[in-house]
Amino acid sequence: MIDYFKSELAGNGILTLTIDQPDSQANVMDRHFIDSLRHHVDAALADPAVKGVLLTSAKSSFVAGADLKALEASLSETPDAAKLYSECRAFSALLRKIETGGKPFACALNGAALGGGFEIALACHYRCAADVKGMMVGLPEVGVGLLPGAGGTQRYLRMLGVARALPLLLQGSQIKPAKALEMGLIDALVPAEALLDCARTWLTGSPDASKPWDRKGFRIPGGQNPLEPAIAQLFLGSNASVQANTCHNLPAPQAILSCLYEGMQLPMDKALDIECKYFVRLNLDPVAGNMIRTLFINKGKADRLMHRPDSIARHKHQTIGVLGAGLMGAGLALVAAQAGIAVVLIDRDQAAADKGKDYARTRLARDVEKGRTTQDKMDAILSRITATSDYALLQDASLVIEAVFEDRAVKAEVFARAEAALSASAILASNTSALPITGLAATLGRPGNFIGLHFFSPVERMPLVEVIKGHETSEHALALALDFVGQLKKTPILVNDSPGFFTSRFFGAFLNEGITMVAEGISPVLIEQAAHLAGYPVGPLAVADEVGLDLAHKGAQQRRQDEGDNYHPGSSVPVIAELVVKHGRHGRKNGMGFYEYGDSGKQLWSGLAAIWPQKTEQPDVEQVKARLLYAQLADAARTMADGVLFDAADGDVGACLGVGFPAYLGGPFSTMDTLGLAQVIARCELLAREVSAERFAIPELLRDMAKNGQRFYGKNALVAPASRKGEAA
Amino acid sequence: MTQAYIFDHVRTPRGKGKADGALAEVTPTALAAQTLKALATRNELDTRQVEDVTLGCVVAVGEQGGNIARIATLAAGFDESVPGVQVNRYCASGLEAVNQSAAKVMAGQAQLVIAGGVESMSRVPMGADGGSWAIDPAVAFHTRFVMQGVSADLLASKYGYSRHELDAYAAESHRRAAQAWAEGRFKRSIVPVTDILGLTLLSNDETIRPGTSVESLGALKPAFAQMGEQAGFDALALQRYPDVEKVRHLHHAGNSSGIVDGACALLIGSLEAGRALGLTPRARIRSFASIGSEPTIMLTGPSFAAERALKNAGMRAADIDLWELNEAFSAVVLRFMQAMDVAHDKINVNGGAIAMGHPLGATGAMILGTLLDEMERRGDATGLATLCVGAGMGIATVIERV
Repeated sequence: MIDYFKSELAGNGILTLTIDQPDSQANVMDRHFIDSLRHHVDAALADPAVKGVLLTSAKSSFVAGADLKALEASLSETPDAAKLYSECRAFSALLRKIETGGKPFACALNGAALGGGFEIALACHYRCAADVKGMMVGLPEVGVGLLPGAGGTQRYLRMLGVARALPLLLQGSQIKPAKALEMGLIDALVPAEALLDCARTWLTGSPDASKPWDRKGFRIPGGQNPLEPAIAQLFLGSNASVQANTCHNLPAPQAILSCLYEGMQLPMDKALDIECKYFVRLNLDPVAGNMIRTLFINKGKADRLMHRPDSIARHKHQTIGVLGAGLMGAGLALVAAQAGIAVVLIDRDQAAADKGKDYARTRLARDVEKGRTTQDKMDAILSRITATSDYALLQDASLVIEAVFEDRAVKAEVFARAEAALSASAILASNTSALPITGLAATLGRPGNFIGLHFFSPVERMPLVEVIKGHETSEHALALALDFVGQLKKTPILVNDSPGFFTSRFFGAFLNEGITMVAEGISPVLIEQAAHLAGYPVGPLAVADEVGLDLAHKGAQQRRQDEGDNYHPGSSVPVIAELVVKHGRHGRKNGMGFYEYGDSGKQLWSGLAAIWPQKTEQPDVEQVKARLLYAQLADAARTMADGVLFDAADGDVGACLGVGFPAYLGGPFSTMDTLGLAQVIARCELLAREVSAERFAIPELLRDMAKNGQRFYGKNALVAPASRKGEAA
Repeated sequence: MTQAYIFDHVRTPRGKGKADGALAEVTPTALAAQTLKALATRNELDTRQVEDVTLGCVVAVGEQGGNIARIATLAAGFDESVPGVQVNRYCASGLEAVNQSAAKVMAGQAQLVIAGGVESMSRVPMGADGGSWAIDPAVAFHTRFVMQGVSADLLASKYGYSRHELDAYAAESHRRAAQAWAEGRFKRSIVPVTDILGLTLLSNDETIRPGTSVESLGALKPAFAQMGEQAGFDALALQRYPDVEKVRHLHHAGNSSGIVDGACALLIGSLEAGRALGLTPRARIRSFASIGSEPTIMLTGPSFAAERALKNAGMRAADIDLWELNEAFSAVVLRFMQAMDVAHDKINVNGGAIAMGHPLGATGAMILGTLLDEMERRGDATGLATLCVGAGMGIATVIERV
């Protein structure tokens, strides 16, 4: 055991345990951490000289959370329920020992305590927190498909009552310290310098070293009998709404409900057994593993700019340019200014540029109104945006991003004007979602400085940026582009240039399959409902309406012109053409698409059945779900084989964060690993025979992987063809 | 096999199941006891001959808790040798009591028994007995529990019934019930309920509104829209029925069964037992069946149960002269008529629970008695009584006049 704790016994019998993991910025809950905690708790309880224990940390946060490396390794192991239960239960019992050992434990939270760290704090008899920036407490485990398994659900329940505990646990709420104080989750909030004194004062005041639930006559606030009408109503409603929202795809919210329902009817120690069993059950479910891998581990790697070339020095962008002050350009200017970067926002004339800045003003004013920011901050952010039509103002910019129409000629023109104004080291990025980057670079004088930065709309809310490397994109451009994404605190994925990059074509496969089914006479209601059941946030027909059927139609016509004989229209192209050309249905914008839009909401257009008569024998909903999902899996496998992706992690993170792929599946590559490649191949082959040989075509790469027992993740993981090429070069 | 016969049937009029209802001052035990006593008295029974009393009662807690059948039997002044048992198959409990009682006779294990039911919904509210189905997350998720009213609206949405059709059915229930009372069709079986002084509290079904029309019902607001839309029950229902675009909330207080108080009892036995006591058999219980079906839509069980009971009797739907189906919701009856190809003038001809109310534990036995009375009036030979039941069940009993 490496001892992570520093121990210091004062003359008054107060033992101070300071968690200070050696050679680390943060305290990570690994094996040494747990062994250290056990050792010091046992020693403190056994030593008659110790009258009370103060637990705190030497790092900026209290405890950072789980050990990522161990967690990642565990994802490829076959879990053993009994072993896992005994390990997890032992940790829960250790916290229970703090609670029932008979000596007072005070926890001084010097920084954020989330998840396991806060569970330790909850086991103590007193919690004080330092009023510092970034201070947060909470149990966010549900976000990665888990629940707090070391007493968190049961202590929340007994401290707050079920009605207040349930939403915090179901939403994984991170709670600001003032709110935590008000709720009683912490006992004091003090300036940082007074933190340890606050805890020591409590410890020396002959405190009660027991918890209310270990005293006679304890009742859970708000009631503990699930038959009491208010509690019965709460479970009745929550059971329904959680199912309505999760479509049975996410096991964690249900497990949390069960922990509270069953836990409130049992004494603490039995309740902890139950909680730990549900925790282990979630660990055994691939959903948690896939969510942890994609949303926690791989997103973390992406956020730390895993693809950034080490050889290039970090660059902090001071000034950037944005070309085009439309919705996307204006959004980009806003987020960059919010990140402290000066922005030159350019459009063809001053009025158009001003309109883009007005967008930022309107958004910020709403934030001020809602108390999310202050007038001062708003003024500061706005002062960073210079709206102009003058390209000469770009001279100080280290990066310029273009967000004009998806029209090659317009883009070429603004690129030329920008390049003329920019320094030789500044990089130029395009926010195109579809036009190949290499082609756009053709008219440039410095194609090496050119890169794709595909942001998603609305920029303020969407966390993903797809970074596209053109044939000539330099390491310098890549590094600077990633540094920019990092400054915006967004998550970058890296892809090679290719039609539709990764996200657009991957999303297109979903849309195309859904729309194609309409033409086959499958009930549009069934198609939309199948997407919903599979966990997609919006059905393919509703999304197509949002995007605009007219736009999709125009895009297809453009490609027909561009690509000539090489153009292979997707199977949804004639369906959209029929709606746009013959029926004037442009989507949501004109109130007519696959749906009809009225004052009372939208409903599927009844005229669809007249154009594409519905089959009398409708397929099972599972078949419809499978078509949507496998069309995307097959496409993802092909992108990997085509060398578009450098790492399966980019595909998974991009799919979940950018284009609404169900998060519980962890992305297409995690899904294929979970299903097993043999199963994926068999199902795609069946769909290729029954539905479309083209859309469900499986690349040789996948067959080879299956043959060699390879997977996308784990010990025998595939090295992406794109990365292999990189090594060869 | 011994045959089981119905000798007699009595029921209380049904009182509005609220604190101001006519029967709210009568305890459920007294309500059941008065009914049992009336049955014994008018048949001049030596109660020592009765071998069991089986009563349906759904919300068996509070003063309906314990075993109300035994306690009501004692309260009715029956001989102490007469045992009692309370049964619960939700809304079918009364008919379940009849079927279990008939089975004892058929098996030769009893000669003379009483079956019936009681529910005082004014005093012991629906849902007071709890249960895991809706509340325990593990169970609710596994079964995809939805509120019954949302199931009724789902049923109407799936089969495309309009509000007008549902309301027209409901208005007809009131018209038929009012006509049946006017013509004295229930007279033979009704036992007025008395207070502790022996004065009559209620002698007619309290909730019939003869003037009810589609227009008057049109003003009523959907009862289950809020639960369905806000709590997520609609979404949950559509997950099970992905071919339905939307749950249309069409049921309301006026086209759903009423909440009422009431009790009933039937005297059942073998031909020999009847002969020994000088009782005339009115009908033979030919067959019965219970069944489970998909619990989310919940209310499609009657046709499946009827098919099974008909099969047990070696009959076809066309062999049945008269039908009674509990009017839990208008859509339940519309769907049943469609599924079984039953004409409206052959079913619920004297109205039903939409007009007269549905005292949960008693209704099943009540509608069997109503069916028998009407078969006799019409001279019909065969009849089938059926109910939809919570959690997707159904029940049916086929009787034949002798």
